[in-house]
Amino acid sequence: MSILVSGRTGDWEIVIGMEVHAQVVSNSKLFSGSSAVFGASPNNHVSLVDAAMPGMLPVINGQCVKQAVLTGLGLNAKINKFSVFDRKNYFYADLPQGYQISQFKHPIVGEGEIQIELSDGSIHKVGIERLHLEQDAGKSLHDQHPSKSYIDLNRSGVALMEIVSKPEMHSAEQAAAYIKKLRSILRYLGTCDGNMEEGSLRADVNVSVRRPGDILGTRTETKNLNSVRFIMQAIEFEVQRQIELIEDGGEVIQETRLFDTSTGMTRTMRGKEDAHDYRYFPDPDLLPLTFDDAFIDKLKDGMPELPDEIKNRMVNEYGLSSYDANVLTEERETAVFYELASDGRDRKITANWMSVELFGALNKAGIELAQSPVKPKQLGGLVDLISDGSISGKIAKEVFSSMFETGKDAKVIVEERGLKQVSDESAIIYMIDEVLAANLDKVDEYRGGKEKLFGFFVGQVMKASKGQANPGMVNQLLKQKLDI
Amino acid sequence: MSDLLKMTATEARNSLLKKEISSVELLNAYQNAMEKTEALNNYVTTTLDAAKQMAVNADKAYAQGNAGSLAGLPIGVKDLFCTKNIETTACSAILKGFLPSYESTVTSNIWQSGGVMLGKLNCDEFAMGSSNETSIFGPAVNPWSKIDGIDLSSGGSSGGSASSVAAGSALMSLGTDTGGSIRQPAAFCGVVGLKPTYGRCSRWGIVAFASSLDQAGPFTRTVEDSALIFSVMAGHDPKDSTSASLGYTNFSEAVKSGIEGLRIGIPAEYNVDGMDIEISDLWKKGRAWLEQAGAKIVDINLPHTKYALPCYYIIAPAEASSNLARYDGIRYGKRIEAETLDAMYEATRADGFGEEVQRRILIGTYALSAGYYDAYYLKAQQVRRLIKEDFDEAFNDVDAILTPTTPTPAFPLGAEVSDPITMYLNDVFTVPANLAGLPGISVPAGFSNQGLPLGLQLLAPPFEEGRLFSVANAIEKQAEFLLAPARAAGDLQ
Repeated sequence: MSILVSGRTGDWEIVIGMEVHAQVVSNSKLFSGSSAVFGASPNNHVSLVDAAMPGMLPVINGQCVKQAVLTGLGLNAKINKFSVFDRKNYFYADLPQGYQISQFKHPIVGEGEIQIELSDGSIHKVGIERLHLEQDAGKSLHDQHPSKSYIDLNRSGVALMEIVSKPEMHSAEQAAAYIKKLRSILRYLGTCDGNMEEGSLRADVNVSVRRPGDILGTRTETKNLNSVRFIMQAIEFEVQRQIELIEDGGEVIQETRLFDTSTGMTRTMRGKEDAHDYRYFPDPDLLPLTFDDAFIDKLKDGMPELPDEIKNRMVNEYGLSSYDANVLTEERETAVFYELASDGRDRKITANWMSVELFGALNKAGIELAQSPVKPKQLGGLVDLISDGSISGKIAKEVFSSMFETGKDAKVIVEERGLKQVSDESAIIYMIDEVLAANLDKVDEYRGGKEKLFGFFVGQVMKASKGQANPGMVNQLLKQKLDI
Repeated sequence: MSDLLKMTATEARNSLLKKEISSVELLNAYQNAMEKTEALNNYVTTTLDAAKQMAVNADKAYAQGNAGSLAGLPIGVKDLFCTKNIETTACSAILKGFLPSYESTVTSNIWQSGGVMLGKLNCDEFAMGSSNETSIFGPAVNPWSKIDGIDLSSGGSSGGSASSVAAGSALMSLGTDTGGSIRQPAAFCGVVGLKPTYGRCSRWGIVAFASSLDQAGPFTRTVEDSALIFSVMAGHDPKDSTSASLGYTNFSEAVKSGIEGLRIGIPAEYNVDGMDIEISDLWKKGRAWLEQAGAKIVDINLPHTKYALPCYYIIAPAEASSNLARYDGIRYGKRIEAETLDAMYEATRADGFGEEVQRRILIGTYALSAGYYDAYYLKAQQVRRLIKEDFDEAFNDVDAILTPTTPTPAFPLGAEVSDPITMYLNDVFTVPANLAGLPGISVPAGFSNQGLPLGLQLLAPPFEEGRLFSVANAIEKQAEFLLAPARAAGDLQ
C-alpha cells in the first residue's frame, strides 16, 4: 500500500510506526490498591507504594493483567503465558521509585494485527509488534509557584498498556485510521476509555521517509500526541520537514521531538546522545507473570463482539452500506444503540434515521449519544410508524424533532397532534374533488397536455390534508381522476 | 538482676509463664544492661517508653493467660526495619529523621506475639558492609574486645544486632542478611544467627538493599531461642510477591529431633586460600561432633563456589543502584537545595550517601549500563543459576552442608575498612546461600587462639530451617560454647 509524496527531487515514501499508551480501565493501580480514578485533588490517590516509601513492595493487580490479555485477544495477538516485569531506571521528580516498572524483554502480548479502512473504502492491515504493561509516572506542575515545582502523584503507578505497531503505515490518513480503530477496539473491550483529552490514550509517532524501495530512513519520534488531529498534523509536518531537509542536502537526525499544538510544528526535545540509558533489568520484587490456557480461554469466552465482526454482520445480514456500517460501529455505544433500535424492524431505514436525523440532532445540541433524549426503542417506534404507513417521511421528521425536544414516544406525539397519515380512500377522493373543483382552469390545461401541473395538484391535496394524506395514494387517485 | 540476663529467651519465657519473673523486671534488667554497654554503640535509637508499656501489657497478658509466644521478651531491631513513628535511618544520613507511618511485617509479627521493643540497632549504611563501619552512627563494637584494648569489629552489616545479643543488652534481635549480614556478625560475636530461606520472612517494610537476596532473620544466644522467634517471624505475606505461601510452623519441635542418619556434606571448595588454621581446625571438629551425633559425613563438591563472590558483587550492587534511586531528596529524608533538579539530586545524594554506598551504586549502575549488561549482570545471573544447581545437585546426596561461617575471627576496627576487596572476602562462605536462596545458620562453636569466638555454618535445602535447627542444636550441645565477652553487661551464662 505504497503512497508516494512528491518532493522537489522525486518521490518519497513515508514510513510511520506508533507507540500508543492506553490507560487500563481498573479501579486500582497496577501495583497498589489506591484508586486509579481521574480528576481527584492532587496527591489524594497515593499509597505508600506509589510514593516509593522505604521498604514498600509492588503487588500485581490481577484486573490489569486480565485487561491486557483481553486487549491482546482483541488485537488478534499472541498472548504470552510467561512475561517479566523489568525496571526502567531514570531520575525524575515525578517518578518516585527512580524507576518505572515496565516490561522489556518479555511482554505479556506479542505480535498481532488490526484492520483499518480508508476513506476510499480500501482495507489495510497494520501489524502490532507487542503490548506490554507498565506504570504511569506522576505529574509535575511547573506553573504554580515562581521558584518551585509541584508534584502530583495521583497518576503514579496507574496501569498503562503500551501498544507498539509495526512501521506499516504510510500516510497521515492511515495513522489516523489506525489510532481510531485501536481506540474503537479498546473501547469495545472496555480495557481503556480512550479519552484522549484526559490523556487516557496518547501516542508517540515515529516517522521516517525514504526513496521507494530503499532501506528505512532515519526516524524521529514525536511524543505525547493526544488527539487524532495532532497526530495527523505532526506526521504531515515531520514528513515535509524531513523531505526538505534531505533534498536540501541535510540529514535527518534520530531524535525525540515535541509537538507544539499552537503552531502545528514539531521541535527537538532531546537528541540521541541525550537519550537515557534506562538500565533495564528484571524487577526482583516481582516474580515472572505466568498464567495458563484456562485463564486465557475464560477471557476469550467473555469477549464482546468487536467492530469488524459487527460491521460484517451489518453489511452481510442487514444489507447496510459499508459506510453506514462504519459509522454505526465506530463506537460501541452507537452499535449497541443501533442494534436495539433496529431489532425486529427495517434495518436500513433505522440506520438512515440514526445516522442522519439522530446524529444531526445530537451534533446540533452538542450532546453525546448516551444523553440522547430519544432512546433506542423510541427511534424504533418511529421507524415502525413510517414502515406501516402511519406517517409519511416528511411528517416523521416533524415527529422526530418533537421526540428529541420532549422525549416522548413517536406514537404519543402522532396521536396528540393528530398527525396520522390519511390512507382512507374516500377521504382522499373528497379532498381531490375539492381541489379539482377549485382549479377547473388548471384541470383543463393539464388535460390539454400541460402534464407538469400534476405536481401542483399533488401539492394542493397534500396541503389540504395538512401533509397527512398518504402521498402514494394521493398520486394514484389523482391520476385516476385527471386521466379520465 | 544479673540472673535475669543469664536466662535464654526460652528460659525467660518459661519463668514468665510460671510468674517467677515479670516482664517489667526483665525489661529493667535489660535497660540497665543497655546503659552499661552504651560504649559498644549498639543502639542508634532506644524506645524504652514504648518498651515499658509493652512490658506492662505483656504482664497483663500473662496474668490473663493469653500471652503470645514472645510476650515480655526484650528484643532489639536492626535499623533497617521500618518501625511506625520510630526513626528509621538504615544508618544513613540520607534517612536521618525519617519517621515511617507503617510497621514492617516481620516486626509487626514480633509485637503481636508480645515482644518488647528495646530500640533500633546499629548496622552498616543500607546494610552495605561487613564491619558496621559504614554506619553514619559509627561502628558497633564487638563485646569480645578487650577492655582498654583495641576495639574489634562486631561484623556487619547487622553488627549492632549481633553485638547487643552477645553483650546482653538485648535478649534477642532482628537482622537482615543479603550476603552474610546475619551469619558473619553472629560468628564474630559468638551468637546464633539464622538467615532463613529466601521468601520465608516478608520483606515488606524492610529498607531494601538487594531485593533478590535480602532476608530477615534473628540473633539469639541459643538455637532453641532462634527457633522460638523464627516461628513468629516466618509466614506468608500477600504484600510481598516473593513471599512463600507456607502456613505457620512451630520450629521449636525441630530443635529437639536427633540427627542420626542425616547426611552432612563437607564441600571441598570451602577450603579457601587465606583461611586461618584455627578455622579449618574448628571445621574438622564440627565434622567430628556431627559424626558422633550419628550423622553421616559426605565429601561433596560445589564447583562454582569460587564465582559466588564476584557474582554477588555484581548482582547486589546492581539491584541496590536501582533500589536506592528513591532516596532523591524529593519526598522524604535529606535534601540539599540547589538551582536545578539534577543539581539537587547530585548534592543530596553526594551528601546523604557514604562512600561504600556510593561505590556500590556506581558499580551497580555500571553493571546494568548499555553495552555492559550482558557481560556483567546477565553473566552474573547465569553464574547464579550454576551456583544454585551446584546446591541442588549436592542436596541429592546430603541433607545439610557444614562449612565455617567466616575465614577469620573478628578483626580490629579500621583494619579492613580502607580495602574493599579484603572486606568483601569476609562474605566468601556466606554469599552462596543468598545467591541460591537457601537457609543458613551460624552457630558459635569455638574460639581462636586469641580467645575470639568462631562460628560454624550449616546450610539446608529451601524451607528446611527445621533441619538446620536439629543439626545446629547438635553442634551447640557438643561445642559447649561459653558466651562470656569481656565487655558484656554481666555474666550471661
